[in-house]
Amino acid sequence: MKRELLKFLAFSALVLLAPLLFKGGYLMNVLVFVGINTMLAIGLNLLLGYAGQISLGHAGFFGLGAYLSGILTASYGLDPWLVMPLAAIAVGCLAFLIGFPILKLRGHYLAMATLGLGIIIYIVFNETVELTGGPSGLSGIPNLSIGATTFDTDIRNYYLIWTFTLVIVLLAVNLTNSRVGRALKAIHDSEVAARVMGVNARLLKVQVFALSAVISSLAGSLYAHTMTFVSPASFGFNFSIELLTMVVIGGLGSIYGSFLGAALLTLLPELLRGAQDYDIVIYGALLMAMVMFMPGGLVRGVPELVRKVTRMKGRPDHA
Amino acid sequence: MLEVSAITQVFGGVTALDDVSFCAAKGAITGVIGPNGAGKTTLFNIITGIYRQTSGRVTLEGKDISGLPPERLARRGLVRTFQNIELFGGMSVLENVMVGLHTKSSSGVLSCALKMPWSIAEERRIRTEAMKWLEFTAIADLADVTAGNLPFGKGRLLEIARALAVGPAIILMDEPAAGLNSRETLALARLIQAIREMGITVVLVEHDMELVMDICDRIVVLNLGKKLAEGTPREIQENPEVIAAYLGEG
Repeated sequence: MKRELLKFLAFSALVLLAPLLFKGGYLMNVLVFVGINTMLAIGLNLLLGYAGQISLGHAGFFGLGAYLSGILTASYGLDPWLVMPLAAIAVGCLAFLIGFPILKLRGHYLAMATLGLGIIIYIVFNETVELTGGPSGLSGIPNLSIGATTFDTDIRNYYLIWTFTLVIVLLAVNLTNSRVGRALKAIHDSEVAARVMGVNARLLKVQVFALSAVISSLAGSLYAHTMTFVSPASFGFNFSIELLTMVVIGGLGSIYGSFLGAALLTLLPELLRGAQDYDIVIYGALLMAMVMFMPGGLVRGVPELVRKVTRMKGRPDHA
Repeated sequence: MLEVSAITQVFGGVTALDDVSFCAAKGAITGVIGPNGAGKTTLFNIITGIYRQTSGRVTLEGKDISGLPPERLARRGLVRTFQNIELFGGMSVLENVMVGLHTKSSSGVLSCALKMPWSIAEERRIRTEAMKWLEFTAIADLADVTAGNLPFGKGRLLEIARALAVGPAIILMDEPAAGLNSRETLALARLIQAIREMGITVVLVEHDMELVMDICDRIVVLNLGKKLAEGTPREIQENPEVIAAYLGEG
């Protein structure tokens, strides 16, 4: 437990100090997205990496949070800080209700059902033009502000978003190292044995589905207020897949892995910009290589790589 | 007392169990035996809420428990182990037993995430009690090992420790000696007797005749989905119908 606390403090220090390294600039904006994607990946990881239930529709919950915040603040003038938790609760309740029938399904069937859910939500964003602005999007969403401070610069947004991200990291780490976290992992490893031990697998799966929707919605609200503009394209099937990739590349069942996966997949396209037309090819090849050579994800693969390299260096020469 | 009355199970057109009734007396060890395909595992799956029977009733201490799901049965004090051990392979041995204490703890999602003081206290209590069950089954030295890496025999013991952690009034074991060597089987026999000593009712399906005859107080014999005989080990050994069924006569 002490080790978990140290890990978290080290991670927090890294997050706090990162802006000093980059001195503002374009990359700050990207790091804001790393924060948002980390939240989303953690939410999905609780469901996929811990409870072992897949979702291909999580971009939908992200979008619902973003649109609820966007519409209620931009079009109806409600207070953003009030709307954010209300949106999260509403999305959580929706996920809870949908979760009961949907999570009866397993494997491929669950993937299909959540895929359908994501597509339905995406279509709603596109078609309810009078509310969402349709495909051309919704603009004029206010920035968040506390007192006289408005979060309208990259550096301010960075600290705003990462405050939320750090809180979610801490709560998720606590949760996964608890009675509930163990029950989730138990369902993953053997659902029938978990049930025999008295774990209400059905209810717990729905609960974690709702929880991960709440986290996604929160990330969506923060996204809307940071961007001040939302459009359906950000919440489509592609983004659900990208989230899934973050979780898998980072490491299933690891909270810090979710951060690594989110950071890599958010930063990589920016870093590959120099490669111009070849960026997508390199991006794809890198992802394939990582899945092949680090099946446990970055969080397990990188330390192993370091170990291998140091062992090679430590070996005496055969000259 | 566990009472199984007139259980019939039909899968498609096949009658897997036909009007099977028996009682497992409180605090006794009851063995269910029979040739392959006799319906033993089906019967277990019905009693433990994995399958829903076509007809018939199961009662525990006089209360109807037919059709209750396994998680509800655990809270009523009925727990089981599996023929092909079902461990939580990705978790440590200790954590496996801590899951067994799920019903004896109550921290929810919110208090766990916020690490409330009572959750921390509860966590500590669970850990201590889980350790106690590992000591009881003599695998405490393996507490930090990943359960998936355990040798088969130790895995069996872990499954029993985990089941005991639930605090059962009755434990059903599906072929607990399968895959064990003779030394391990002997240790298992002692362990099962120690479990009975604690006042826990034991029902076991088993192929190892020596073990069954050695430790069971009463034996129920199934053959082709029907109850063939019931009695003490001695009566069963002398029963001509049982002998015929096992030698494959008729």
